[in-house]
Amino acid sequence: MNNIFVFCEIDEGKIADVSQELLTKGRSLANELKCNLEAIVIGSKLEGIESEIAPYGADTIFVADDKRLEFYLTLPFTTIIVDLFKKQQPQIALFGATSVGRDLGPRVSSALKSGLTADCTSLVIGNHEDKKEGKVYENLLYQIRPAFGGNIIATIINPDCRPQMATVREGVMKKEIINKNHKSKVVAIDVNKVVTDVDFAVEIIERHMEPRKIDIKKSQVIVSGGYGVGSRENFKLLYELAHVLGGEVGASRAAVDAGYVDHARQVGQTGVTVRPKLYIACGISGQVQHTAGMEESAMIISINTDPTAPITKIADYNITGDVSEVVPRLIEAYRKHSK
Amino acid sequence: MKGLKIIVLAKQVPDTRNVGKDAMKADGTVNRAALPAIFNPEDLNALEQALRIKDNYPGTTVTLLTMGPGRAAEIVREGMYRGADKGYLLTDRAFAGSDTLATSYAISCAIKKINFDLIIAGRQAIDGDTAQVGPQVAEKLGLPQVTYAEHVDKIVKNKITIQRRLERGIETVTAPLPCLITVNATAPECRPRNAKHLMKFKHAKTVTELQSAVEDYYKLHEDRPYLRIPELSVLDVEADTNWLGLAGSPTKVKAIENVVFAAKDAKQLTADQKDLDWLMGELVANHTLG
Repeated sequence: MNNIFVFCEIDEGKIADVSQELLTKGRSLANELKCNLEAIVIGSKLEGIESEIAPYGADTIFVADDKRLEFYLTLPFTTIIVDLFKKQQPQIALFGATSVGRDLGPRVSSALKSGLTADCTSLVIGNHEDKKEGKVYENLLYQIRPAFGGNIIATIINPDCRPQMATVREGVMKKEIINKNHKSKVVAIDVNKVVTDVDFAVEIIERHMEPRKIDIKKSQVIVSGGYGVGSRENFKLLYELAHVLGGEVGASRAAVDAGYVDHARQVGQTGVTVRPKLYIACGISGQVQHTAGMEESAMIISINTDPTAPITKIADYNITGDVSEVVPRLIEAYRKHSK
Repeated sequence: MKGLKIIVLAKQVPDTRNVGKDAMKADGTVNRAALPAIFNPEDLNALEQALRIKDNYPGTTVTLLTMGPGRAAEIVREGMYRGADKGYLLTDRAFAGSDTLATSYAISCAIKKINFDLIIAGRQAIDGDTAQVGPQVAEKLGLPQVTYAEHVDKIVKNKITIQRRLERGIETVTAPLPCLITVNATAPECRPRNAKHLMKFKHAKTVTELQSAVEDYYKLHEDRPYLRIPELSVLDVEADTNWLGLAGSPTKVKAIENVVFAAKDAKQLTADQKDLDWLMGELVANHTLG
């Protein structure tokens, strides 16, 4: 009772990355609160799906498996979750901020008359003192999110209502396997006992899905490499940094032409234009063809052996040094500072 | 198919692209008075969808419903200039400080007072970007919802066929009427103001606006009742104040921090671990990194 629930979304027959990221976050919150981490997965032909959830440390996995639930539908998914939450009384419920989670989350929150915070970038446990009421709330979920077009960062709490609900975008939280051999208790939900025909009022008549494409434009953090990175092999360091920071890898045309990366990642005049919160230019000299595609980034860090390279004029921070030395150190430095 | 009665939910939002220092009040809520106010962009996409249904199914009426302070009547008029038939302003001090759940409750109470077959709203508003009010209104009214709509294909025998834009593709669904649809920014842009409608509704006003107007519009409004934009209060929509405003909102704003992107002059750093530790500490502290 009063545990943490993560809604596990199915994407092309597998548990979505964002759900595994939330399981990882949920596990650490559960440890801090000394409660259990529970998962709910809804879909069709879910046999064996627990092997994609258990390694992230879920204590219990609730499975609703029914052929009518192969694709997401608002009403039956809401009905199943609301029914489960009424019985289980979770204190926290997390959803991916996907087209599914952002459709489902508000519906569930409204049915349970509880608060929901969208697109959180950080989730932290903390206390709250309501001075007016003279009341102290312990161990609330701080739901931290940008608002107002990114001009402010707000910390939202739900002092009185449960569950405290939040959605989080893919790539914001880290995904980490706790124990490959972890076993979770699996509980099957009797779907027919919960949903009714009314829940199937909306029908899907056609679906056209495309395979996942690289789209670095949506990323808030871009680690970009130029010719100065030196090799396809060295680019692996950039992928590692991007992964740790929850970002994507970009590149200059010179790096693409040299065959270090795919064209889909090219930033600049003949590539894509990006405006992330943070752009880390690794071994990029800063030709105008490149800077035209990234100069509106909120913050720019340049790593370059040449302290007079053109990029240093638009960067906020200039690190003079070799990419292969600096990048691993940045990863280490970030790990020290991130929670 | 006979015409439909459509309600379009619209919000007047602060233009978050031009946020100044006084944008927030001490209690952490938005100081709307200090910001330029615009018609929420995706609500215009929603209005366009409603107007297209009106074009295709004669007899359809489009009613705009907005909740906000007195000045939000501006977007009701804007909607009329573009083709809406009428509009309501849901306004009351008791609504101030409402989060998405309390807002949805208020709007659902108002909708219960209006006849409708279909509700269309924008996917989300640019001041909060939550995309919650649409689904929550649908839940409160017990209606099916179809989010991320891009196109209404057809309406046949009380069934509406809608194309949805998802992350990686398109899904076509049918939903029974009545239902609630939220519309994406990828849907067609809203048509501009129409000169005829502009002339017709130029003096459309709420009672509050009539009272404070320099000129006397009472006679005009008596002759042309369609010029009156009804104001709905908590009493009018029979809402329970326990579920409204700050008190009725489960979520509270605990803290607000302005995002400051410092370092106007480039900082020069070496490749030493000490320098890089400092840099990462800065980026985490100022929320550049989550």
